Amino acid sequence: MLHQLSWKVGGQQGEGIESTGEIFAMAMNRLGYYLYGYRHFSSRIKGGHTNNKITVRPTPVRAIADDLDILVAFDQETIEVNYKELTEDSIILADSKFEPVNPEDSKAPLFAVPFTEIASELGTSLMKNMVAIGSTAALLNLPIENFQEVVDEIFGRKGEEVVKKNMEAIRRGYEATCELIGDKVGKWELEPADGKRRLFMIGNDAVALGAIAAGARFMAAYPITPASEIMEYLIKKLPKFGGTVIQTEDEISACTMAIGANYGGVRAFTASAGPGLSLMMESIGLSGMTEQPLVIVDTQRGGPSTGLPTKQEQSDLMAMLYGTHGEIPKVVIAPSTIEEAFYDTIQAFNIAEELQLPVIVMTDLQLALGKQTAEPFDYSKIEIRRGKLNLGELPEKDPKEDFKRFEVTEDGISPRVLPGQLHGIHKVTGNEHDETGKPAEAPLNRKAQMDKRLRKLNYVKFKDPVYVDAPHEEADVLIVGFNSTRGAIEEIRPQLDGEGIKTNHVHVRLIHPFPANELRPFVDRAKKIIVVENNATGQLANILKMNIGAHDKIYSITKYDGTPFLPRELKTRVKELLD
Amino acid sequence: MATFKDFRNNVKPNWCPGCGDFSVQAAIQRAAANVGIEPHELAIVSGIGCSGRISGYINAYGFHGTHGRALPIAQGLKIANRNLNVIATGGDGDGYAIGMAHTVHAIRRNIDITYIVMDNQIYGLTKGQTSPRSAYGFVTKSTPYGSKETSIKPVELALSAGATFVAQGFSSDIKELTAIIEAGIQHKGFAFINVFSPCVTYNKINTYEWFKEHLTKLSDIEGYDPRNRDLAMQTVMEKDGLVTGIVYQDPESVPYEERIEGFSEKPLVEADLTISETQFNELVKEFM
Repeated sequence: MLHQLSWKVGGQQGEGIESTGEIFAMAMNRLGYYLYGYRHFSSRIKGGHTNNKITVRPTPVRAIADDLDILVAFDQETIEVNYKELTEDSIILADSKFEPVNPEDSKAPLFAVPFTEIASELGTSLMKNMVAIGSTAALLNLPIENFQEVVDEIFGRKGEEVVKKNMEAIRRGYEATCELIGDKVGKWELEPADGKRRLFMIGNDAVALGAIAAGARFMAAYPITPASEIMEYLIKKLPKFGGTVIQTEDEISACTMAIGANYGGVRAFTASAGPGLSLMMESIGLSGMTEQPLVIVDTQRGGPSTGLPTKQEQSDLMAMLYGTHGEIPKVVIAPSTIEEAFYDTIQAFNIAEELQLPVIVMTDLQLALGKQTAEPFDYSKIEIRRGKLNLGELPEKDPKEDFKRFEVTEDGISPRVLPGQLHGIHKVTGNEHDETGKPAEAPLNRKAQMDKRLRKLNYVKFKDPVYVDAPHEEADVLIVGFNSTRGAIEEIRPQLDGEGIKTNHVHVRLIHPFPANELRPFVDRAKKIIVVENNATGQLANILKMNIGAHDKIYSITKYDGTPFLPRELKTRVKELLD
Repeated sequence: MATFKDFRNNVKPNWCPGCGDFSVQAAIQRAAANVGIEPHELAIVSGIGCSGRISGYINAYGFHGTHGRALPIAQGLKIANRNLNVIATGGDGDGYAIGMAHTVHAIRRNIDITYIVMDNQIYGLTKGQTSPRSAYGFVTKSTPYGSKETSIKPVELALSAGATFVAQGFSSDIKELTAIIEAGIQHKGFAFINVFSPCVTYNKINTYEWFKEHLTKLSDIEGYDPRNRDLAMQTVMEKDGLVTGIVYQDPESVPYEERIEGFSEKPLVEADLTISETQFNELVKEFM
């Protein structure tokens, strides 16, 4: 029995490749397996090779498997593009319709299964995906009843007949494959899972759920890969809570509209990716200068410019920290798992209101779109903190004297009131201003206001700013990363240990203000520090050097070809650096 | 009930003596008082430029944002609090150059706010460059040989974008301007108001005298009916945009807030931020 299975389905975009992966994954998830998905897709609607690789095992997993056990191919290109991942122990199941050819140097056997033919016999070639799922089930020795619940859910609305037909397609695929492959039936049977129900979602879902749980009731956004799922989810759900989403004319409007709503007292946010974030920079500065709470989600993708819109990268880091002109206080958070994406989005809304500043929640494409298993979210951990927002009755004031909305205080945080409140009138301006919000250029006032705004960063209440997996008091190597590189590092850390290399792992969750104090002990107690990141210039490594020093022992492993790190390649590169 | 004096504050405008924006400020203050708003129930959102300073000169909530972005801020604010009276303001650079996209889309969206453009056909605060409202051939610091671009036609533009309320005023006629702004505030939906607000320092062509000579009051045109969109467009084109008064108003206008499904009837800002455990579990269940 296998501990881990790696399964991939591929074909032309728009052919239902997504749903094949989805249905297979949902059924495995229901059985209590942990899954981690990786989508290869292009920036087009139809055509072009697409594939969905899913890693399945009974224990937690957050990395893409190095090898591939089963490849389900709906066209020859899928075989050509992916066969090199296969080993002698793998198998290719290919639709007989395109008369598949196994490349000469392919290590895995190929079986041509009549996916389309069976589906057509049952009435529609569209069901070839279901036939392929049945075919997979035969390899896993997985009784097809395990798919009943998922098929009911997906096709139930279309009537009993459609449900029956789809189940029939799965059964026929199962049987046809058994006949074809003989003794290979059940060769890829997985160790049993615990049958526990867990979440199965993409990072964008977790962020969107986090936003609702945090009390966000308005979102303004402009569609962009890989962020759009966040707005699409909220468009469906926010009306249930009285809220709404506006699809704006551009990202500048999205960001400033969210600022306007926050000024009005509603928790509002926007989400985008690199190009959109570039357009928002002036507005993020406005939020910082005018001390209006604002949450912005950046689902990083390949840059620069339009770059690699559907590919993994982590190259927005410096831009998120320093993109705005002038100097504002800003908090940048980088969750690395589905669970963190949920809880950190809630933290972002709290910090934005408590400190009255912009908070950027930075994810990356692999976390944003990689569908994966997560432990159920804990409702009791949802907490809402609004800081110095005063919604009560305000004392009467001289109507000609404005409320001191930007009062200089010890912690830099001023009392906040909302438009519409009696006796709360004040001005807000992106110009430097005095305590009432009136434009003011005098040097003393300027310094007082600048210091006040920047001082707020000393009061960030962020839970668990670093994720730590550091079993060694003194380590040969400390591996540091952020966002979705976590899974690959988690895979190799114990492996390196097993090879006698004492390895610690810290993942940075709060990027700014940088948790130097939390990180320093691990840096001090490691011979070498290796910073792993999906960009070309080692941005996180530089941030580490800026904040902690230790330049002489910080090394970088970077990757910027659009693909995430695989555990084996990462391990090889770590060992190269240690030699 | 508040009078226009209650909308005054202690801040002395830094506009040049004779600037058309003084009248716009006064008209907003009078209109707000006339329609029975209290100062704290009004928010003025402004852009950048001479006109952008207006939010600081009125005793009301004021947000002086970024160049060209008064409209998105104002729309976000209105979505947050639909009980609030929101007036967005700006100059012709704000509304027709850097923020043009927002103008057109705010018109389409029809959120219940009022938008007042102080149109002086020149960039004043940056000391005299051409604006998208400058006439063809207009000589400025940035067009020493005369502007080679034609001028935006704000009223035609608003009409063609589907505006439900379009009006134009002139700083010399505070009475008419006040009435227009009152109607704009009371209009259910997006009210677009362009105001000829002369720059006495940098625009020596489009002066008070020039406007007095060229403007026609729509109320003086026999049979003019602001509910007739075709007639409005025809009249504006015939007069080359040089008209004042309410050009068009759709009496059936339904603001965006009333069009969207499930949108809270009470101000969104009053909504409960917490969701119940039952609601939460329902959301999460879809992912299991």
